[in-house]
Amino acid sequence: MRMRTLLAGSVLVGLAASFAAPALAEDSVYIQLPTYRTGPYAGSGIHIANGMSDYLAMINERDGGVNGVKIAFDECETGYDTQKGVECYEQAKAKNTLVFNPWSTGITLQVIPKSSVDKIPVLSMAYGLSAAADGNTFPWVFNPPDTYWDGLSAIIKYIGDQEGGMEGLKGKKIGYIFLDAGYGREPIPLLDNLAQKYGFEVLQYPVPGKEMQNQSSQWLSIRRDRPDYVVMWGWGAMNPTAVKEAVKNRFDMSKFIGVWWAGGDEDARAGGAGAKGYKSVSFNNVGADYPALQDIKKLVVDAGKSHTPANTVGENLYNRGVVNAVYMVEAIRIAQEMTGKKVINAEDMRVGLENLKIDEARLEAIGLKGMIAPIEITCANHSGHHSLFIQEWDGEKWTPATDWFSPMTEEVTPILMQASKDYATSNAPWPTREDACPAN
Amino acid sequence: MFYREAGQYKTSYAADQQIFPIRQDRIGIAVILVIALLLPLAASEFMLSAIAIPFLVLALATIGLNILTGYAGQLSLGTGAFMGVGAYSCYKLVTIFPEVNVIVHILLSGTFAAAAGVVFGLPSLRIKGLYLAVTTLAAQFFLEWCFIRIPWLYNYNSSGAIEVPGREVFGTLITGPAASGTARYYVVLAIVVVMTLLIKNLIRGRVGRQWMMIRDMDIAAELMGVRPLIAKLSAFAVSSYVCGVAGAMFVFFYLGASEPAVFSITLSFQVLFMAIIGGLGSLVGSFFGAAFIWILPILLRVGLPALGVDVAAETVFQVAQMVIGALIIFFLIVEPHGLARLWAIGKEKLRVWPFPYA
Amino acid sequence: MDMLYNILIDPFVQMVDAPDFLIQVVWEGFVAGVLYALIALGFVLIYKASGVFNFAQGIMVVFAGLSLVGLHEKGVPAWLALILAIGIMAILAVCIEKFVMRPLVGQPDIILLMATIGMTYFLIGLGEVIFGGEPKQMITSELGLPTGSTAFEMGERGLVILQHIDIAAAVIALLMVGGLAVFFNRTRIGRALRAVADDHTAALSVGISLNQIWAIVWFAAGIVALATGIMWGARSDVSFALEIVALKALPVLILGGFTSIPGAIIGGLIIGIGEKIGEIYWGSLVGGGIESWLAYVIALIFLLFRPQGLFGEKIIERI
Repeated sequence: MRMRTLLAGSVLVGLAASFAAPALAEDSVYIQLPTYRTGPYAGSGIHIANGMSDYLAMINERDGGVNGVKIAFDECETGYDTQKGVECYEQAKAKNTLVFNPWSTGITLQVIPKSSVDKIPVLSMAYGLSAAADGNTFPWVFNPPDTYWDGLSAIIKYIGDQEGGMEGLKGKKIGYIFLDAGYGREPIPLLDNLAQKYGFEVLQYPVPGKEMQNQSSQWLSIRRDRPDYVVMWGWGAMNPTAVKEAVKNRFDMSKFIGVWWAGGDEDARAGGAGAKGYKSVSFNNVGADYPALQDIKKLVVDAGKSHTPANTVGENLYNRGVVNAVYMVEAIRIAQEMTGKKVINAEDMRVGLENLKIDEARLEAIGLKGMIAPIEITCANHSGHHSLFIQEWDGEKWTPATDWFSPMTEEVTPILMQASKDYATSNAPWPTREDACPAN
Repeated sequence: MFYREAGQYKTSYAADQQIFPIRQDRIGIAVILVIALLLPLAASEFMLSAIAIPFLVLALATIGLNILTGYAGQLSLGTGAFMGVGAYSCYKLVTIFPEVNVIVHILLSGTFAAAAGVVFGLPSLRIKGLYLAVTTLAAQFFLEWCFIRIPWLYNYNSSGAIEVPGREVFGTLITGPAASGTARYYVVLAIVVVMTLLIKNLIRGRVGRQWMMIRDMDIAAELMGVRPLIAKLSAFAVSSYVCGVAGAMFVFFYLGASEPAVFSITLSFQVLFMAIIGGLGSLVGSFFGAAFIWILPILLRVGLPALGVDVAAETVFQVAQMVIGALIIFFLIVEPHGLARLWAIGKEKLRVWPFPYA
Repeated sequence: MDMLYNILIDPFVQMVDAPDFLIQVVWEGFVAGVLYALIALGFVLIYKASGVFNFAQGIMVVFAGLSLVGLHEKGVPAWLALILAIGIMAILAVCIEKFVMRPLVGQPDIILLMATIGMTYFLIGLGEVIFGGEPKQMITSELGLPTGSTAFEMGERGLVILQHIDIAAAVIALLMVGGLAVFFNRTRIGRALRAVADDHTAALSVGISLNQIWAIVWFAAGIVALATGIMWGARSDVSFALEIVALKALPVLILGGFTSIPGAIIGGLIIGIGEKIGEIYWGSLVGGGIESWLAYVIALIFLLFRPQGLFGEKIIERI
């Protein structure tokens, strides 16, 4: 038992040393980036992490930070593991991070209740709890530009277009292959709603997390059931395996559509030539020709200040990591304008995120015009239901297959509001928002 | 010189049979308890929330596994799942009977885990060793599947996760996000200390000695009148009960919300490591093991960058993993009986110090 | 009644209705079974010779596959990368014997098991430090392995698709088992191995070097791991997520017995085919995804009736 005291003592000393120390330079703000470059989901996580940190590094290099305030950032490896994620969150809290990007639905669910107490905004870009889009209930959580439900409705809308209008969906069979966890299960209620409304049939193919690389049963069932379309909600090692199996089972790839997280370049590349035609819904274009990405290449990657392999700059998930960093930087900028402070804190950051608005002109200035659509977050709506598009794998790279189009907001909003109400009731007493949103 | 029992006469059986017969041990325990009670005054929120609370909870889970593997000799790889049963049943209890004290729920939830443990412990009547490990693995995977597939368990919410609601005890919020680290720490500390004491007495008593007989030689035990059915299943029940309580506390006082992936095989291995590194069949070892496996990686991850070693986050993570793997092998080689044995050796040495022997 | 019909009759009706699909399911199960069997084979080799239940076989598969692909990525030609990967497995075997097995000789089973789990942690960290965490594509065509597939038409809409790589996997597994059988029965080292498996002390007394034998066994398991890594890598990709699939080898071992090479193969096939048929014809009744535990339950039921496995050499200790 005495060993315990000893250990506790040494921990005390060690932690005191490590947490008292980061005497940040006068004009800087701190952001912790939870990432995962290890574990079963590293295949997706590495590119995201590279994109995020390269963009922040570029802002520091090129502009000397945001309005002269440097962004101090470091990574915290979660390995997609919830335990480690909570540990990273506690660490981030102790170091006064401006914002927390969990990058895992599981970790997001853990930190949502804590965020309002600790007053740290959670930015879960197009993942996490869909219901969190309701800013009235979740003032501290942001999931722009779209929720999973938006993504699913966009995919169904696209399928409807292919069938010559939504009434063409009647009698169709749509397969839904998903990672058997909260992430993959979340879209199911909406999918069932839509199936009822438009008269199509839904077939579910869950992939257990342990069996991600062993999906032959699911794909054999798909072959037997012959669904007209297959929609995938996958992540990490699940995606390349699914694409390979689809190719193997000669499923028509043009009718295989993944969520944005199933759209990694390596995911599609795994299928070889046969993967041509595979689609995924997306909210960012690929390619490195945008001025901001060129700056990243010049100032960060080619200057040897990052581990990113130069050829992955401009890939789908890399660019998505950049988008996440753009949201953070823009939110800091807006928060600075609104509060008049240079060095903002996490509460100011929340204000910045809540008033986040990136219009065409601003995109031009950032140097990402055309890569993403303009976005706007409001007090009441923390996601925005922004436009999406479908991209298609041409065997080498992703190319846009449609124009930007908006998801079925009118379908999503009611169940979103219901879900957020349910969440608040089941977690009563759920803290109410301190400053009510203006009623339009 | 300072640590010896010479001169401490016992004049009654009760005095002779107490848990800590040596006065210095009692002082030591008292000092540790006082330090544990005063810890929130000195520790930061991070230390309480991310280190002290999970350490205590996992130490309790390790004790649970130790009852089964260390005392009764039945290898189990399903600890994570039994912890999960505790957590989910506690969540259900709290949402069905919101007015009842949450601590009552936590203690009750262990009984559900105990029931699951007994069911999956039935094969132990026919098989043992590594073969039994495979059946507990079946429990692990089957229960994990249930946590995902039975939406009733998480009240049909769309995220598939359980969220801990805020609950008060004596006017202080002890669960939920708004509960302070200090409050949660004291509750955890109290439950862990009380349960450890109870288990210590259980093990010293008739039941515990039956378990150890089964472990050491089952046939002889049977001949001497120990009923293997009762002994083995009671070990499974008590062990799973303790694990279930630990699982409920893990979610309610540490994580705050959880999805099924939390109770995966990784957690089972983590707890098994704690039991083995700490020393099988030792309660104090369970605390050592939990400290070693839980705190060391955090120290490595937090400590390396703080020391000015500038490496990428994932490298620290990977190196920490390698170091832990290597240390596990190292400890197994140097002291297969775990840290508890090293502790015992140290105490023996201390007794005769400064003489080489006495 | 409906429920009984769904459980007892409907699946068989489906099987008869679409025989081509049944053949495809059995074939997929067979291929998965071959891969389980290969992993189990690695376990059996080591268990036979040293009584160690090698939990690290799964990570050895990943590590071997990663070394091969990682070296190729660094510009080493495929054949040389293959030779170097074999070399790496040899070095690993020697290190394991020297630093883990030798100091732990004579310890109880559970300690050795824990040591191999410790090794798993170490190798995961090492593999990620050296090769990075991202999944890699297996260099199937560079190694001269066949790609593509052949389809057989059956009836009107029937179609059975056989992947060439799967056929190659089956053939390679067969060759490996044959090779190991010859090695065990016909060579001097093989006989020494069997002697060690029977009785360590007796083997020592007739001049067999235990250390050398153990290094050889771990090396053989390493080569099996490399073959498994290549085959499984070609089916999905080489990543650390594969490590968890290796746990499937445990029920295979229960079925086949811990010490029998043919048992590992047959056990693998039973588990592979059984879980595919179970998942596809019965899984949908409870929402699917039962594959993650079905194998263990099959093993559990089997254990109650025949604890020594199909081909296990001795009856395990029972009460």
